[in-house]
Amino acid sequence: MQQSAFENDAPIVALTEVVKHFGAVRALDGVDLEIRPGECLGLVGHNGAGKSTLVNVVNGGVSPTAGTVAFPASGAPEALSAGVRSVFQELSLCPNLTVAENLRISHSGLRGPGWRRPARAEIRQSLDAVFPGHGIDANATVDTLSIAERQMVEIAIGFAPRGTEARLVILDEPTSSLDAGIAEQLLRHIRHFCESGGAVIFISHMLGEVFDVASRILVMKDGKVVADRTVGGFTRQGLVDAMGHVATDERQDPRGKAHAFGKEVVHTSQGLSARRGEVVGLSGLAGHGQARALARLYLDATSSWRPTGKPRMVFVAGDRTRDGILPLWSILRNASISILSETAKWGLVDRDAETSAAAEWKRRIGIRTEDVTNPVLSLSGGNQQKVLFARALASAAPVVVMDDPMRGVDVGTKQDVYAIIRAEAANGRTFLWYSTETEEVCRCDRVFVFRNGEISAELTGADITEERILEASFEMQEA
Amino acid sequence: MQQVISRPWIWSWLAAAATFAMTTALTEGSGAGALAYAALSFGAFAAIVGLGQMLVITLGPGNVDLSIPAVMTLSGTLALKAMGSEPDTAMLGLGVAILVGLGTGAANFALIYALRLPPIVATLAASLVYQSIAIWSNRGLRIKPPAGLADFATGRIFGVPNVALVGLVLAIVVWVALERSVWGRWLLASGQNMRAARLAGVPVEMVRASAYVTVTAFAAVAGYLLASFSGGAALNMGQDYLLMSIAVVVIGGTSIAGGFSNVPGVWGAALFMFLVVSMLNSYGAGAGVRMILTGLIIIGIVIAASTRRASK
Repeated sequence: MQQSAFENDAPIVALTEVVKHFGAVRALDGVDLEIRPGECLGLVGHNGAGKSTLVNVVNGGVSPTAGTVAFPASGAPEALSAGVRSVFQELSLCPNLTVAENLRISHSGLRGPGWRRPARAEIRQSLDAVFPGHGIDANATVDTLSIAERQMVEIAIGFAPRGTEARLVILDEPTSSLDAGIAEQLLRHIRHFCESGGAVIFISHMLGEVFDVASRILVMKDGKVVADRTVGGFTRQGLVDAMGHVATDERQDPRGKAHAFGKEVVHTSQGLSARRGEVVGLSGLAGHGQARALARLYLDATSSWRPTGKPRMVFVAGDRTRDGILPLWSILRNASISILSETAKWGLVDRDAETSAAAEWKRRIGIRTEDVTNPVLSLSGGNQQKVLFARALASAAPVVVMDDPMRGVDVGTKQDVYAIIRAEAANGRTFLWYSTETEEVCRCDRVFVFRNGEISAELTGADITEERILEASFEMQEA
Repeated sequence: MQQVISRPWIWSWLAAAATFAMTTALTEGSGAGALAYAALSFGAFAAIVGLGQMLVITLGPGNVDLSIPAVMTLSGTLALKAMGSEPDTAMLGLGVAILVGLGTGAANFALIYALRLPPIVATLAASLVYQSIAIWSNRGLRIKPPAGLADFATGRIFGVPNVALVGLVLAIVVWVALERSVWGRWLLASGQNMRAARLAGVPVEMVRASAYVTVTAFAAVAGYLLASFSGGAALNMGQDYLLMSIAVVVIGGTSIAGGFSNVPGVWGAALFMFLVVSMLNSYGAGAGVRMILTGLIIIGIVIAASTRRASK
C-alpha cells in the first residue's frame, strides 16, 4: 500500500500506555498507538468507546491521567507545533464571522493590517484543493452557509497550512452532513494527502467509507484498543464483530407485507403527507429543503403561545447543539422536557413520572450513563442523540418528525433505533424521517424526494431504491 | 461541605454576613438588631424587584427589564391617587398597582414581540412613557397613604418587618414556580436555547410574555409598598432600583447567560447591597469612596461566585 514509502519514518505521534479517567469513567484504559506519515488510520467503535477522548489526547485537548504522548517526527513538545489538526463533529465555527475570519482564529500568524487578504487566499486555496467546484465565498458569513458548507469550511481549515504544515489531520465524522458527491471529493483528497506524506485519523460510523479510505483500522471498545490491523486484515463482518455488536443485517423488511395504514394525519400544501402508522422518508441531496419542510411542518402544528397537554407532534433534532440539547441540564431533565405537561398536576412537575420515564428510556434506548442526573454534556455525541430520541419517543405524540437524527450514531444503536421506530409505527405512530443516508430512507414505507425545495418524486413499495431516489434528485437538473 | 460551597447562592449570604459582622464590630455589637431590621426592610424592596428581574434575565442574553423604576413610580403614584388617603382602601390600591404592573408588562412585551425591538430598547423607551404618565397624574401632589396601610408597611410581626414577610412570601412563590412547576422548567429551557426549547414543544412566546409581565407586576407591588412605606410617592422613588435589580440578580448567582436562576441568592444579595452601604457609612467613607468600594466589592463577589461554579 501507499504507506510503504514512509514506513521507516519516525511516527508523527506516539502514545504509550495512555489512561484517561473522567471521574469514575475510564474513557481510555491503556492505549498504545503510533501513527506514521502516509497512514490513514480509520478509527471505529460504538458511541462512548473512547474515540473522541483518544483524538483529544492526540491533539492536546485533554491531558492524559497517565501515560505519555510524544511527537517524534517533528520533535515538537505539543500537538499544535507538531502539525496536528482537528476537525470536529460538533461544528465549531463562529457563525457571526466570515469564512476567512474563521481561518484566522486558528492561524495566529495572520496579523497586522490587511490580514484578511492572505486569509482569503489561503482558505480559498484550501477549499479548492479539497472540494473543487465548492462555490463557497471566502467573504460569506458562516451563518449564511448550509450545514454541509460549514462542514466543508471546517475541513478546509483543517487541511490549510496555517503558517506551518498540516502533518496529521483528525477528521471526526466528517462526512455525516455531506452528500455522496462531496464526501467522495473528501476521500479523494485524503488519499492524495496521505500519498504525499501526511497522515489522517478518520473517524466514521459509515464502515464503507472507512474501508474505502483507511490504510489501517483501529477498533475501540470500552476505552481499549481491541483490534489494530491493516485494512486488508478486516472483513466488513469481522469489523462489526470486533466492535462488539451482534450482526444485525437481516433487515426484517416490513414493506411488502401490505400494511394497512390508518387515515391521513399529516398533509401539507407542499404535498407532503403521511398516514397513521406509516414511516415516511424524506430524501434527496442535502440542503434541498427537506429540513426546512419538516421544521415548518412542526412549527405550524405546534404553538409558541398555547401550552398543550398532549402534543400532536414531536421533533427529533439532528443538529444537536442548535436544535436539541439544553446544555445546562441533566440527562433526566433533557429527556423529560416534552412530557412534563402530559403528567403535570396543578401545573407542578410530577417528578416520579419523570424519573420513571427517564429510567425506562435509558434502558430501552441504551443511554450509556450510570446516573441520569449526570449533566447531558458528560455524554458522547451519539449518546446525546439518544437522549433526544428518548425525549421525543417518551411523549404520547402521534406524529414524530425526525431531522436527520442519526448523525454520529453508531451502527449498533442505529439498529436499536430502527427496531424501536418499527415497533412504535406498528402501534400507530407516524414518523416523518429526513435522512442523508439512502440506506435509511430505503427502510421507509413511502419516500418523498426533494429537489430545490420542491417534492420531485413520491416513491412507494418496491420503487424505493437507491437508483430511483438518485434519479429523482438529479433528473430536472439535467434538463 | 463541598456541596454547600458549590451552591452559587452561598456567596451573597456569606458576603451579607461578613458585612453585617464588620459593621457591628465597629459598634461592639450595639445596634445589631436595628441594623438587621433596617436591612430586612430596605432589602425587601430590592429583593422583590430582583426576583422579577431574575425571571427575565433567565430568558437569556439581551433579556432585561429597564422599566422597573418607572413602573414603580407609576404604580405608587396611581395607587396612592386612587386611595386618596381614605381609610380601608388598601386593597383597592393594591389592585390598581397590580393592574399597572400587568398593563406595563403587556405593553413592554408587545413592543418586544410585535416590533421585534431588543428588550433593552423597548423597556427603556416604554419607561419614558410610564414616567411621563406618572408626572402628568402626580402634578407635584404628595398624597399620603391611608393610615392603616402606612402602619402595615412600616410595621412588624414577631420583630420581622412586614415588607420583608411580603418579600419572603413572593420569594417562596417564585422558588416553587421555578423549581417545581412546568412553567419553571419551560423558562429555564427557553433561557438555555430558545430554538431547542421551541422544538421540544415549549410554548416559548407564552413563557417570555409571562416573565415580562411578572417582572413589572413585582415592580408595581414594590412601588406600592415603597410609597406606603415612605409616606407617599415621589417621582424619583424608583431611581435606585434599576441597577439594584440587576446587581442583586448577578450577585445572587443567577447566570447572566440565561437558563439558570437562583432565588435564595437574590435575598442574600439584597441584604448585602444594603449592608455594604451602611458598613462603609459607619466606617466614615465619603460618598465617592463609598461608590468605588461598593463597585469593587460587587465585582469581587461575582468573580468568586462564577469561578466556583466553573471549577465545579
